[in-house]
Amino acid sequence: MQNQIGAPKQKLSFSDPKVRAWLFQIITIVAVISLGWYLFDNTQTNLQHRGITSGFDFLERSAGFGIAQHLIDYTESDSYARVFVIGLLNTLLVTVIGVVLATLLGFIIGVARLSPNWMINKLATVYVEVFRNIPPLLQILFWYFAVFLTMPGPRNSHNFGDTFFVSSRGLNMPAALAADGFWPFMVSMVVAIVAIVLMARWANKRFEATGVPFHKFWVGLALLVVIPALCALIFGAPLRWEMPRLQGFNFVDGWVLIPELLALTLALTVYTAAFIAEIVRSGIMSVSHGQTEAARSLGLRPGPTLRKVIIPQALRVIIPPLTSQYLNLAKNSSLAAGIGYPEMVSLFAGTVLNQTGQAIEVIAITMSVYLAISISISLLMNWYNKRIALIER
Amino acid sequence: MKVLKSTLAIVTAAAVLGVSGFAQAGATLDAVQKKGFVQCGVSDGLPGFSVPDATGKILGIDADVCRAVAAAIFGDATKVKFSQLNAKERFTALQSGEIDILSRNTTMTSSRDAGMGLKFPGFITYYDGVGFLVNNKLGVKSAKELDGATICIQAGTTTELNVSDYFRANNLKYTPITFDTSDESAKSLESGRCDVLTSDKSQLYAQRSKLASPKDYVVLPETISKEPLGPVVRNGDDEWLAIVRWVGYAMLNAEEAGITSKNVEEQAKSTKNPDVARLLGADGEYGKDLKVKKDWVVQIVKQVGNYGEVFERNLGKNTPLEIDRGLNALWTNGGIQYAPPVR
Repeated sequence: MQNQIGAPKQKLSFSDPKVRAWLFQIITIVAVISLGWYLFDNTQTNLQHRGITSGFDFLERSAGFGIAQHLIDYTESDSYARVFVIGLLNTLLVTVIGVVLATLLGFIIGVARLSPNWMINKLATVYVEVFRNIPPLLQILFWYFAVFLTMPGPRNSHNFGDTFFVSSRGLNMPAALAADGFWPFMVSMVVAIVAIVLMARWANKRFEATGVPFHKFWVGLALLVVIPALCALIFGAPLRWEMPRLQGFNFVDGWVLIPELLALTLALTVYTAAFIAEIVRSGIMSVSHGQTEAARSLGLRPGPTLRKVIIPQALRVIIPPLTSQYLNLAKNSSLAAGIGYPEMVSLFAGTVLNQTGQAIEVIAITMSVYLAISISISLLMNWYNKRIALIER
Repeated sequence: MKVLKSTLAIVTAAAVLGVSGFAQAGATLDAVQKKGFVQCGVSDGLPGFSVPDATGKILGIDADVCRAVAAAIFGDATKVKFSQLNAKERFTALQSGEIDILSRNTTMTSSRDAGMGLKFPGFITYYDGVGFLVNNKLGVKSAKELDGATICIQAGTTTELNVSDYFRANNLKYTPITFDTSDESAKSLESGRCDVLTSDKSQLYAQRSKLASPKDYVVLPETISKEPLGPVVRNGDDEWLAIVRWVGYAMLNAEEAGITSKNVEEQAKSTKNPDVARLLGADGEYGKDLKVKKDWVVQIVKQVGNYGEVFERNLGKNTPLEIDRGLNALWTNGGIQYAPPVR
């Protein structure tokens, strides 16, 4: 400290931009922290004063209500913490299925919009314009109330070969249960995948050395079918099927996709795919036509031109906005509360909040969940984006 | 948009709780007198309890409880503003101070009375219980035959818990489908998504009256739980709690004493019965103790009616609901509505 007093006066002067910059940063940090502390402290005091229980003890209490769809075992005597996990899994289920289907559908529609075929081209345009311009909640309500709930009841369901049944209770299908040959079958699958990887490596090496192509796809498919099939012949079928059957009010046994899940997934897929289609189209159009011409003049047919030349370059343009669409889909899944699909918002921020009355804790947890899901998607997509980025030599 | 709205309401309420000041005894009455009206939380549309008519006026027994409170405080039953809330929004709205009274067919339970920052004054607007509404086609005669049924329930209600208890106790299986609003539940029953709609019995009658063909549906005889429905106030304001409690009791006492909206003014002037004189403010200062108008009961009965009048007007034989007084008859008539005396 002593030698600072002797230091030139200017160093601590307000006119020094460095000092000013530091000062303002410190003021900002102090302001943010004290505002946060004020909110926290005031909330605590108010909660205590009004006799509202706070804290997270409620998570261990037993929930006592039923849930329509749970991916893990659940009974009414299980805890609110387990209800939370069920809500989270239901949200993730919709998100994952939605992302996969929307990407597939979006790519198909996007490529179709660039098709030289007038019919395909116009159909894709109509699809995009219709579905991206209707709010997602309306689409969800439409699929749920106007499509799935107008199906006949379980006793007059649409019957597809006594195996699949479509009714207002959803899609009932046979359940796959593990049979004697299950574990040998799984082992054979692993063997098949290893064999395919080895085969692909060998084929790539040979291609680079000699330039002779190898039918990687067909041989790979053959390996994938033949090895597990042999295994199933030796050890018996890996799965047995449990057929849905009508008993009392409803179908019992088998698996069921509830209409809430179907409506939500379908609506989100169809909605998001319209945006993805436009992203894909813009990505493809960003690759200059010279690339196509160059590929064609090298003798590549249209299919390989698209797969090996256009798409890899287009992906660099496609991935960042695609990430945003995935995030939107994950967040839009919370609209399911409108049709009673038991996901995070409807189950946890709805029923649990109301049964416990602990709004602040429940909303904080729910918000953190969406933050965590979104950040995970972002990180994953950024990593992928970096991997496919143009490597300049 | 309902979903968005309710989420927004909850988040705002949580935020308000973060920045608002302390609740103090007497604070609610002061605030109400300052702003000049009672802010009352009612349901999002339940015939007989609180439902908007063609002009947007909220009708029903729950709405009338709030009107009676306004009549006692201001001498004017119209000084009420209503907030329509779904089951999920109701408690946060009260906790955060958005409303002064929650009069929204809410079941009194111990966990709601303690630990949630709420208090039930103890006046029960309507003694109810959970029942089942099913389609005639199913041919079900008793709730015990509902094994494997799919059941529509309104989210965030005690019904969710009581149904689960009943099916567990009777070793029956069921699939619950929960909706935010009672309209969505009713639509799902009509479309066949569920076999059964379950709710408080009074609500089932109300729901049935709204269906396209009410005659095709029947309410099963079982009542599987106790659902005493009553108004709720914030914890920590005993003065306000006492006002709401005694406004309710005053309506019951008025019915018991035979005071109706037609004869109340005459009774107030000429009664010889000391009990009636005390109730109507001709004798004593019971209104002043409660910090309401001296002639509070006269105003309540004149402008809103006694309990029996309110019940008959909203739920009784001449309404589409056609509900019997049953448990809600006065104790003198074989019911369990019993009010402590005003003295």
